[in-house]
Amino acid sequence: MSKMHVKLTVNGTAVEGLAEPRTLLIHFLRESLGVTGPHVGCETSHCGACTVDMDGRSVKSCTVFVAQAQGADVTTVEGLVNADGSLSVLQEMFREHHGLQCGFCTPGMITRAHRLLQENPTPTEEEVRFGMAGNLCRCTGYQNIVKAILAAADVMNAQKEAAE
Amino acid sequence: MKDEVQSPEERSAGLKGMGCSRKRVEDVRFTQGKGNYVDDIKSDGMLFGDFVRSPYAHAKVVSINTAEALKVPGVLAVLTAKDLEPLGLHWMPTLAGDKQMVLADGKVLFQGQEVAFVVATDRYAAADGVEAVEVEYEELPVLTDPFEALKSDVVLREDLAGQSEGAHGPRKHHNHIFTWEQGDKDATEAVMAEADVVAEEMVYYHRTHPCPLETCGCVASMDKVTGKLTLYGTFQAPHAIRTVVSLISGIAEHNIRVISPDIGGGFGNKVGAYSGYVCSVVASIVTGKPVKWVEDRMDNLMSTAFARDYWMQGKISATKEGKITGLWCHTTADHGGFDACADPTKFPAGFMNICTGSYDIPSAYLAVDGVYTNKAPGGVAYRCSFRVTEAAYFIERMIEVLAIKLNMDAAELRRINFIRKDQFPYQSALGWEYDSGDYHTAWDKALAAVGYDDLRREQAQRLEDFKAGKTRKLMGIGLTHFTEIVGAGPVKNCDILGLGMFDSCEIRIHPTGSAIARLGTISQGQGHATTFAQIIASEIGLPADDITLEEGDTDTAPYGLGTYGSRSTPVAGAATAMAARKIRAKAQMIAAYLLEVHDGDVEWDVDRFVVKGDESRFKTMKEIAFASYNQAIPGLEPGLEAVSYYDPPNMTYPFGAYICVMEIDVDTGEHEVRQFYALDDCGTRINPMIIEGQVHGGATEGYAIAMGQEIAYDDMGNHKTATLMDFFLPTSWETPTYQTDHTVTPSPHHPIGAKGVGESPNVGSVPCFSNAVHDAFRPFGLTQSHMPHDHWRVWKIARDMGLHG
Repeated sequence: MSKMHVKLTVNGTAVEGLAEPRTLLIHFLRESLGVTGPHVGCETSHCGACTVDMDGRSVKSCTVFVAQAQGADVTTVEGLVNADGSLSVLQEMFREHHGLQCGFCTPGMITRAHRLLQENPTPTEEEVRFGMAGNLCRCTGYQNIVKAILAAADVMNAQKEAAE
Repeated sequence: MKDEVQSPEERSAGLKGMGCSRKRVEDVRFTQGKGNYVDDIKSDGMLFGDFVRSPYAHAKVVSINTAEALKVPGVLAVLTAKDLEPLGLHWMPTLAGDKQMVLADGKVLFQGQEVAFVVATDRYAAADGVEAVEVEYEELPVLTDPFEALKSDVVLREDLAGQSEGAHGPRKHHNHIFTWEQGDKDATEAVMAEADVVAEEMVYYHRTHPCPLETCGCVASMDKVTGKLTLYGTFQAPHAIRTVVSLISGIAEHNIRVISPDIGGGFGNKVGAYSGYVCSVVASIVTGKPVKWVEDRMDNLMSTAFARDYWMQGKISATKEGKITGLWCHTTADHGGFDACADPTKFPAGFMNICTGSYDIPSAYLAVDGVYTNKAPGGVAYRCSFRVTEAAYFIERMIEVLAIKLNMDAAELRRINFIRKDQFPYQSALGWEYDSGDYHTAWDKALAAVGYDDLRREQAQRLEDFKAGKTRKLMGIGLTHFTEIVGAGPVKNCDILGLGMFDSCEIRIHPTGSAIARLGTISQGQGHATTFAQIIASEIGLPADDITLEEGDTDTAPYGLGTYGSRSTPVAGAATAMAARKIRAKAQMIAAYLLEVHDGDVEWDVDRFVVKGDESRFKTMKEIAFASYNQAIPGLEPGLEAVSYYDPPNMTYPFGAYICVMEIDVDTGEHEVRQFYALDDCGTRINPMIIEGQVHGGATEGYAIAMGQEIAYDDMGNHKTATLMDFFLPTSWETPTYQTDHTVTPSPHHPIGAKGVGESPNVGSVPCFSNAVHDAFRPFGLTQSHMPHDHWRVWKIARDMGLHG
């Protein structure tokens, strides 16, 4: 199958490569670029393990062709760490509140939570539960994930206030 | 010196040992996407394998034409049973003493069965190749009902024709696998005949699937120069897989290195040996390249590792005051096309004989008949210690059914039948010795915590309001007191394929007082790297943060039987403590020598040996570690390391009391879990944070199973639930919030008293949710309605009881 030239930005770095038009974004990220944070869990958009941020929206990269990401700005969980390499507030709160166990859903979960908190910096528990419902976890029962996201919102808001 | 001014409590806290909610060391990697799962492995020239699968549940394979597939760009090879036959690998032994086709050998026995293995340069080309393989089938009559299968003339397994003896005794019919009997049949039936009250019910625990978020997969890499096979895979038992691969392939075991990297959840799915592993190994040998095979979700739900599917016919007898006198159970177990259940050899129905539960039942009898049908093989323990889930569901439903018959409160019925604290160690009628328990204390604490009497009053009022037309919602109170049997197990009665179910730990102390420990188990999210380091920290007084923990590489880790059946803490955790104690014993000799006193004149104090009666004279573990590398005692071997292979003297018996309050809308069948209280007693608690996390997760799996999750087939054997569209996994939106609690009754035979907890919440929550649904409809005469209690089925209960007006 003939290949097409794709160019996009991944975690702040411009990347390009050749890919079959049918190539899914998740496979381009994982196999061509070696960005293995996002995972494949279901191939049907249900589990959200492949969630990445594309042009400011959460997308499930198992159902996006890399062709659709032409020129896009994509952020994965790898791109969420602080500039100095330390864990971001969200990542730290997931650890602090035991919001992960096997870790397989975690990259998608944190990437989705990152966008959720951009969209709604002061969510209620109900809003977090609704906003995260596109990401499945088989280990945690979500209770500590919800706790981690709410705690991250508090910390981030406090930091924002302190900065202002 | 700083630590001279620290109190023992301060020094102890600094170790982050047992009992503290130490943050997980794994999470630093996982939260930034730096886990290393099987599908993340990439190597030069790596190929991909994918299966052609059967669209039929039962059919002859007339022909397989691979010519077109081999023309597909990127496709290098297509393996069929014919290619594997000369190697003797077209069939493989199962963990249950049966054998299973690796690739269809003349016929298929379930939809989704592996027919051919396409090897290509990438996963897309492999999928193209799968499409291009032409298979001609001739359909055969399909058996999806185990009761029908036992009567049918249709022979599913011609390879066993005429074999009247199976791996577990006589076979009664060509579709029969085994009969397993426990207890005293005559005595139990005699008790039933004379009982004041006998309640009888068929309790079905439907077929479901562990469905970890990461599917099964492997990368096989045969190095033709060295003759070494490296097999990375999602293995819950890497050492056992190495031995099995060696036995069936003929490759010497020292030339096989099995590595389980990070595993994205297991829940029993990743215990078995699957066709994909065998085919990947063969393909790597044939091509000389590494070959990766990773299931997609449909492959996973259709072919690897179903769970449950037990039809449990029960009778329970009691005096009119409610004292239980006997329990009788006959189970028809649907094993699918091959008996690939993962159970210890002597237990073809696992630990189903724990079905007397938490109760002092003097007489009991259990028989299980295993049956072949045209469904996927498996029968794994889905977050369960070998059929404990089925057993707990059975007894906790039978108690409720008996309570209805006796017109008694089900909480009180449980209370008057619990095994009393003073009866432990307790010998059950079906052959187990329960190690320890305090059920009454746990039960009373649970009932008080939820305000049980008030809940019952509220429920009665609700019923009045419902009857008066003031509400359309009923209230159900689900009760469960479960007892598990975990930590398999004593080698005297537990083995898998002849491998005794001990486990192991090796600890090496480095000169500067840090350490590395390696175990025969493998974490799949349980946080072993965090908790096992806590055990060592408490035992030898080095900070947990200074202890590296490794598992899953058979070239470096000591042999063990792996992680499933809540066995890691009871068995490998014990080995860890024992290895640490060997180190401490040597350290004591070194300390005494350095302090110029007799060995018996020093005593252990958190992180050091102190001269008795003189706190100022001591040697810390850190000092001892360095000394051990410099001829600490003339004639004593240098170094400080130990290994323990631990054969547990008994299983452990965690227990718990769960209560659920549920609102049910009779018009829509929808439910709302208003409250879920989970009290667990897992003995000594190593890391409370991780225990709570395990309870949340296990209860959520239980919620899914009880309220909607199932593997369903139609009469043609078509799999109806092969994607996450149809197979229910709860999201954060539906999932209840859990209230956790605990009591602590240590195991008397475990070195640190720990019992294991990972599976308790799945075992306990399923009957608890189910009992809540039943309880809501009890006033209208409901005694039993099979799970899953999805909205449609609950709506049907209401309709059938005439509640829709």
